[in-house]
Amino acid sequence: MALAEYQYNDVIHRCFRCGYCKFPTDWSDVTNCPAYARFRLESYSAGGRLWLIRAWVNGELEWSEHLADIVYSCAACKNCVEKCPLSFNEDIVNMVTAAKNEMVEMGLVPRGVKKFLNNVQLHGNPYGISAGRRTGWMEGKSYPAYQGQEFLYYVGCEGSFDTRAQSAARALGDVLTNSGVSFGVLGEKEVTDGNEVDLLGEDALFESVAEKNIRQFKKAGVNKIITLSPHSYNAMKNSYPRFHGDFEVFHYTQILADLIKKKRVRGVSGPDEEEKITFHDPCFLGRWNQEYNAPRNILKSLPGLTLVEMPRNKKGAACCGGGNFYTDLLGGSEESPARIRAREAAATGAGILAVACPNCLTMLEDAVKVEGLENRIKVRDIAEILV
Amino acid sequence: MDTIYPSLVHIVGEGYASFRREELFTYSKDLGTSEPKWPDYVAAPKTAEQVAEILKLANREKVPVVPLGGGMSLAGLALPLKGGIALDLKRMDRIIEVNEKGRYAVVEAGVSHGKLTAYLHNQHPHLMHSEPGAPPAATIGGNLAIHGQGDLAHPYGFNTDMINGMEIVLPTGEICKFGSCAVGAGWFTLHPLPDVGLFLGWNGATGIITKVSLRLFPYKKFREMEIFVVEDENLIPEILYELTHLGLTEDLVAFSSAIPPFSDRLHHVSINVTGDSEAEIELKRRLIFEVKLAKYIESGVGGIAAVSQAIQRPQVSKSADWKKGGGFEYVGSIMPVSAYPECYRRGAEISTRHHIPYTILGRVIGCGHAMMFSWSYAFNRADEKTVRHAREALHETDNIVMDLGGVIWKPAVFGQELLLAKMDVNTLSLMKKIKLLLDPNNIMNPGNWEVD
Ligand SMILES: Cc1cc2nc3c(=O)[nH]c(=O)nc-3n(C[C@H](O)[C@H](O)[C@H](O)COP(=O)(O)OP(=O)(O)OC[C@H]3O[C@@H](n4cnc5c(N)ncnc54)[C@H](O)[C@@H]3O)c2cc1C
Repeated sequence: MALAEYQYNDVIHRCFRCGYCKFPTDWSDVTNCPAYARFRLESYSAGGRLWLIRAWVNGELEWSEHLADIVYSCAACKNCVEKCPLSFNEDIVNMVTAAKNEMVEMGLVPRGVKKFLNNVQLHGNPYGISAGRRTGWMEGKSYPAYQGQEFLYYVGCEGSFDTRAQSAARALGDVLTNSGVSFGVLGEKEVTDGNEVDLLGEDALFESVAEKNIRQFKKAGVNKIITLSPHSYNAMKNSYPRFHGDFEVFHYTQILADLIKKKRVRGVSGPDEEEKITFHDPCFLGRWNQEYNAPRNILKSLPGLTLVEMPRNKKGAACCGGGNFYTDLLGGSEESPARIRAREAAATGAGILAVACPNCLTMLEDAVKVEGLENRIKVRDIAEILV
Repeated sequence: MDTIYPSLVHIVGEGYASFRREELFTYSKDLGTSEPKWPDYVAAPKTAEQVAEILKLANREKVPVVPLGGGMSLAGLALPLKGGIALDLKRMDRIIEVNEKGRYAVVEAGVSHGKLTAYLHNQHPHLMHSEPGAPPAATIGGNLAIHGQGDLAHPYGFNTDMINGMEIVLPTGEICKFGSCAVGAGWFTLHPLPDVGLFLGWNGATGIITKVSLRLFPYKKFREMEIFVVEDENLIPEILYELTHLGLTEDLVAFSSAIPPFSDRLHHVSINVTGDSEAEIELKRRLIFEVKLAKYIESGVGGIAAVSQAIQRPQVSKSADWKKGGGFEYVGSIMPVSAYPECYRRGAEISTRHHIPYTILGRVIGCGHAMMFSWSYAFNRADEKTVRHAREALHETDNIVMDLGGVIWKPAVFGQELLLAKMDVNTLSLMKKIKLLLDPNNIMNPGNWEVD
């Protein structure tokens, strides 16, 4: 059955499958696409995926769970967009998301995706944990509830529920407090930002989540938002305006970089000995929002730390695969993108791998452990480095 | 019950073998105009030993095996014409050794040209290999399996002339070495042992290349491209003769294309000039323009279109996406340089007839001993009529190559048949014997270089 409504019918045939998108900006290997790096079958390459989508859309191939797995293995990292030399490159991820839209509309999504969406609908988070436990991340700390302060500190689902990310969420809460930032949190009332819901192709649920958040923010008088996660930042900054959610949205590194410049971040002490630190750009801060400087400015300002770059950095940064966190599709192998990235970080000789995204934090910390690199390099969220 | 799939999984590991329709679909398609040909299985081995196991399995089960590198050869050469196992070799991607002073690199065959270039650039900035103008995902093994040529073709010839040794898995599963590595010495020379090299240019039909020692050459720090232009195509052979006599350039390519319009019907010669200093480049530039090409400039038949351009890796974009169609394929040929004018004229005529803007190119191989001449035909992947036009144009061009006394390079099956029909009968019989000896069950890329 052909899908006449597919939004990119007039574009998708233009992918030649030349494979430029397999390479990172430094051409070092064919690990640019996290899914292809992991599976190494042509079907999982960005081009292979587009050709499969086209075949499905044209009725040449029937839908199958495996087809859906391949389509959903795209982590939306935009590395292919960066490398494709053709003029439609901006639409590559959109073409995949549009295919996901079609699958969602037909009720044909992989089980993991369905579960993810069910959980969001039921609990307001993808973990399936009751909304009542959303404040667990505070662990006895009492960050102020949002009551008209200058900023809403939006923690997001990983920061709220994932034990490793919770520590980053607390660290950020502490840094903001120590720096005298006027902020409050939503606590139990916070619901998912919807970034992944959008990218999984569930337009209607995304709209409902976004509207719920927007309503709540407006009711509480929120004007400015600080997010822990670049995923939240992306949704609120770029997609919420579609639903009249016009807030001033900041990723926390932007706020902290500014505070450091104004010398308002207090009590940051460096390591005992000079130490090298490297930074992993999160896709949703970097390629999706072109913010490469704020995190680096913070790291460069810290005493005792020298920033060393991995060969793949900024717009060419490798993706850890975390954008695909609804399923373990990308984990489990030496060739998993997070493990590749952990090796790259260790190869710089840095003792700290700094991240600025709770997804990257959990992915890379696990990867460092599995790679047996714990004694050489520690994974830290920038907020954690600052407390 | 199918035992092949579990055996493949056992050999290459879970996740690297498939018989699911989605993978089979992906490997059934070529980037060019070829009709899809479906494999029955896909496997992506990591080591030569795994390749050997797969070939033994294939012999037992009498199933074809079709090696695949980057899949960039376009002419359907890596399509499973008779089904069987599509063997994706790109996981065999280790750069094993670079001998800086001996100027060679030992690599697995699935290493991409892009990766090797980047590696040398970072780790051995004084060295380079001859990279084809293909997309960088093209592999070392795939390129040798079709006698490719790269950006050092003028000084050093075909890429297959730049080999110091090879490891091959024979169709029956034995792993063999050729060159000095075969006697346990380093991988520094292919000669002087008895020549048993029957694997290059065979599209994998006589065995799978798994390791290669590639010659490397000095990478000069100062690099630039000059472009000379003439209107009269008849001048191109003598211009190339002059420049090859000078012998001071790295890559010499003559080209012409209908798009962009300002260059339509003009013939450009791109000349890559490199040196260890600005002074060396300057001297070479002077010798090229003020000595060798001055007469064309003075008489008004030629001009300098560009000097000191940065040398960049060619991008596939323009040719592949003409009119937003996403497709092209070309006929390549190995031709005497003197055939350039006729090749151009005949090609432009075919293009016009098929409503495709012409794009032709001739890259000098060796000291003007031959050129790789190509005719590209764009098509719209979503419009079957244009695909048909391109396919017909390709076939007509194959015939032209034969007419003009050239040799079709990396021919599709259609072109292979034209060549085999013209082949010396004793040579043909030898090819048949070799194939039978090495591949008694005819499992290796059947349909390619098949002698009846
Ligand atoms: C835009 C464009 C420009 C190009 N320019 C050039 C150029 O300048 N010079 C040039 O030489 N080529 C060029 N090509 C052609 C082609 O892309 C290259 O020759 C490329 O190197 C082929 O390698 P591959 O890995 O893609 O081979 P594939 O297409 O994967 O395979 C080629 C053939 O070799 C067989 N094979 C693959 N790997 C092995 C192996 N390890 N052992 C045995 N058999 C094997 C396959 O079965 C197939 O028959 C160009 C192609 C394009 C699309």
